[in-house]
Amino acid sequence: MGAQVRVYKRRIRSVTATKKITKAMEMIAASRVVKAQRQVAASTPYADELTRAVTAVASGSDVQHPITTEVENPTRAAVLLITSDRGLAGGYNSNAIKAAEKLTARLQGEGKGVASYVVGRKGISYYGFRNQPIAESFSGFTDNPTYADAKAVAAPIIEALELETSEGGVDEIHIVYTEFVSMMTQNPVQKRLLPLSLDDDSSTEDEAPKEVPPLYDFEPSSEGVLDALLPRYVESRIYNALLQSAASKHAATRRAMKSATDNADDLIKSLTRLANAARQADITQEISEIVGGANALADANAGSER
Amino acid sequence: MAELHVELVAADRKVWSGEASRVLARTTSGDIGIMAGHQPLLGVLESGPVTIRTTGETGEGTVVAAVHGGFISFADNKLSLLAEVAELSDEVDVDRAERDLERAKSDDDEVAQKRAEVRLAAAAAAK
Repeated sequence: MGAQVRVYKRRIRSVTATKKITKAMEMIAASRVVKAQRQVAASTPYADELTRAVTAVASGSDVQHPITTEVENPTRAAVLLITSDRGLAGGYNSNAIKAAEKLTARLQGEGKGVASYVVGRKGISYYGFRNQPIAESFSGFTDNPTYADAKAVAAPIIEALELETSEGGVDEIHIVYTEFVSMMTQNPVQKRLLPLSLDDDSSTEDEAPKEVPPLYDFEPSSEGVLDALLPRYVESRIYNALLQSAASKHAATRRAMKSATDNADDLIKSLTRLANAARQADITQEISEIVGGANALADANAGSER
Repeated sequence: MAELHVELVAADRKVWSGEASRVLARTTSGDIGIMAGHQPLLGVLESGPVTIRTTGETGEGTVVAAVHGGFISFADNKLSLLAEVAELSDEVDVDRAERDLERAKSDDDEVAQKRAEVRLAAAAAAK
């Protein structure tokens, strides 16, 4: 076999091995998307009910509380960025990071200091590489977040919300995550968690004209209820964002691995063509060598007989 | 008998939903019983067992759940029990809860002790 053919064969073998790996990763990601989607769906009733309760208290009482009132001069904002621990997901992480950078720049343009909270090793290493300060970072659960993880992420942020800004507290909480729209579409989004803006969630959640919320009786008191609701609300929002991000990450991985597998297929096809051409060239050359040799022999014999 | 619709949801799943005639729960200011037609209410739940007297297609019966913190909200004859963690009494692993209780007692971990006690109480109440 010719040297050229051997080189092609070797490359085909290596690409085939890579293809097997990417194919396997694609299938794993596909099954995880379904699981993650199911988790998102399972967490929805709680989030919906909680949002309803928060809306009811916020609109049904005149209590001054950080959950509803905007500070006159917000000086510091917390930005929670959710990325993944692992890559191989196309533009998933860099899109989320870019959205967070844009939000940070905007907030700084408004004269607010920004405290960055980062979830996921990819985001941490991005900030670490650029020597940008991180207030708090979390990793190790982005593929399959639990409610306890969301609580752990929420705790320092809620703590910061209760502090005065001069002592490192924050006035606003923003969250940047990747919204799972469908298997093919995932969008990085940034939302303001707190203070609550009551008008904008009506556009996303219910199109029907809002019914007037009933006059609730609060037990023990509306302040007490709000105090208890605030951390739960933040936690449940963060939990939802973590779950959506996980689903988006798996979908992005699936797509990236699908195109890697397709590319490997193309590569194998063109390499096989090249290998065939090289083999044919080898054969042609061999034949022409034999024919040439035979001719030369015949010519030589003819000369001696004469 | 008048019925009310009950939804018991934990942070990561819907635990129970159905019709009931009466629901007993423990709020921060004491136990509360809710029947159909109660005035709109929003309260903070303590860790404790929640008792639901069921009616409707599930038949007459009692469902007990261990609820660890959360909220109770009632409006339009619909009761929502929101809990970070909630378990139905038949989901409670009694052996594990007892072990947790022992461990919590020896570690002086009051939160864990309370949680284990609530689970055991719910399991016992269902029997």
